[in-house]
Amino acid sequence: MTRKNYYLMSDGILKRRENTVYFINKDNKKPLPINKIYSIYAYGSLSFSSQVVNLLAKEGIPIHFFNYYGFYSGSFYPRETLLSGDLLVKQAEHFLDFEKRIILAKKFVEGAAKNMMKVLAYYNVDNPIKEILSELTDCDVITEIMNVEGRIRADYYGRLDEILPEDFQIGKRSRRPPENMINSLISFGNSLIYSTTLSEIYNTQLNPTISYLHEPSERRYSLSLDLSEIFKPILVDRLILYLVKKRMLNENDFEKDMEYCLLNENGRKVFLKEYDKRLKKTIKHRELNKNVSYRRLIRLEAYKMIKHLLGSKEYKPFVMWW
Amino acid sequence: MPSQKQHLQIRGTQINYFFICHTKLWFFSHNIQMEQESELVSLGKIIHKNSYKREHRDFALDNIVNMDFIRKGDFLEIHEVKKSTKMEKAHEFQLLYYLYYLKHEKGISNTKGFIDYPKIRKKQEFELTSDKEYKLEEIFEKIKEIVASDLPKPIKKPFCRKCAYFELCWV
Repeated sequence: MTRKNYYLMSDGILKRRENTVYFINKDNKKPLPINKIYSIYAYGSLSFSSQVVNLLAKEGIPIHFFNYYGFYSGSFYPRETLLSGDLLVKQAEHFLDFEKRIILAKKFVEGAAKNMMKVLAYYNVDNPIKEILSELTDCDVITEIMNVEGRIRADYYGRLDEILPEDFQIGKRSRRPPENMINSLISFGNSLIYSTTLSEIYNTQLNPTISYLHEPSERRYSLSLDLSEIFKPILVDRLILYLVKKRMLNENDFEKDMEYCLLNENGRKVFLKEYDKRLKKTIKHRELNKNVSYRRLIRLEAYKMIKHLLGSKEYKPFVMWW
Repeated sequence: MPSQKQHLQIRGTQINYFFICHTKLWFFSHNIQMEQESELVSLGKIIHKNSYKREHRDFALDNIVNMDFIRKGDFLEIHEVKKSTKMEKAHEFQLLYYLYYLKHEKGISNTKGFIDYPKIRKKQEFELTSDKEYKLEEIFEKIKEIVASDLPKPIKKPFCRKCAYFELCWV
């Protein structure tokens, strides 16, 4: 598995010459060897031809697009080649059978919350997340589960302020647009992990539109939203704390206006570089007894879901054990 | 009247997997395929692509059997190219199944089967005897049963770690 993510930060053209894709911008022409691409993340404005799309589709490589502000716009999601009607039926069954849906929805909240607790524990910050989480037992509708999730997240972000330096306080979580530096980092990171997870789902037989915690009607690949929840604390929040506390990002890496605050090009570069490093970082997996990357952990999560849906092993969300 | 033809919806790979692992057989039969990322499978494909280039290759029938190459003479030679001799029985029956399929579905019975191992320059001949036919028919029944049942729990085998399904099975 030597394929890697390509992050295109500047404006440019994707061109196909024979079976190689080139990224051409005002400064140079860079080949992207087709066998080496896993996904492409496009942050600049990108022009490309259908020949490029045909080649990427053939190789099953998605492109994720982000707009001028760094928000997720959409993906070129190549034609599905991994189709399993039997699994799709099971996926739908677990959505339609309300009790089955609730089980999965709770697991996503549980996994996310436990990982948040790990993040806080690392910085020795006391928190009531465990208690709030225990209320999940009594929830029997999705809105109640969402409510518990919302309260956990609100408390969690509040606690992060205890760790963060003064100029990087969250205050209140603001999304569209993010109103301060830390909010803009969270938004940026969350849309990134969403895309990364989508790439992983693409490489399985799971259908990305059928989800359990989030409503499938969200006009998104909502299964990716479900699975991302678990990895946000691990891959995004820890990264943000790291970048901020190490002072790898400062005021100059943001573009500010009256209403919004966004990472500028240099800020994005720093963030993406460190994010990619984390995706590649490996840990020794306990069950598999082998080294797996963080990116692979997301795939394994999809595999665990497949087995849950097929009824062979109950899904247990990934929780950091260190 | 129901004929034996119903049996022969089985694909060659399924016969092969039947001897290797029933969990893998079940996944594959339900279109949960994993081969696209396995380095060993890619290696196999490269060997396949670069061997016997002068032969009549990749002869597929009815989306069911996919013979690596065939050679016409007094007999019709059916060749299957394999990387190593490790899974001999699985290879043998996959090949015999092709012969069986040709005989019962297509009425072609003057056939001979060969397994070629280009890496070790070895070739083995196999014949479809009535014993083997009977054995194959037993296998058809067993495969149908496995596929129709719930996913079989994986059983740890020495070659698990090299299998493309390793993570799916054991995570």
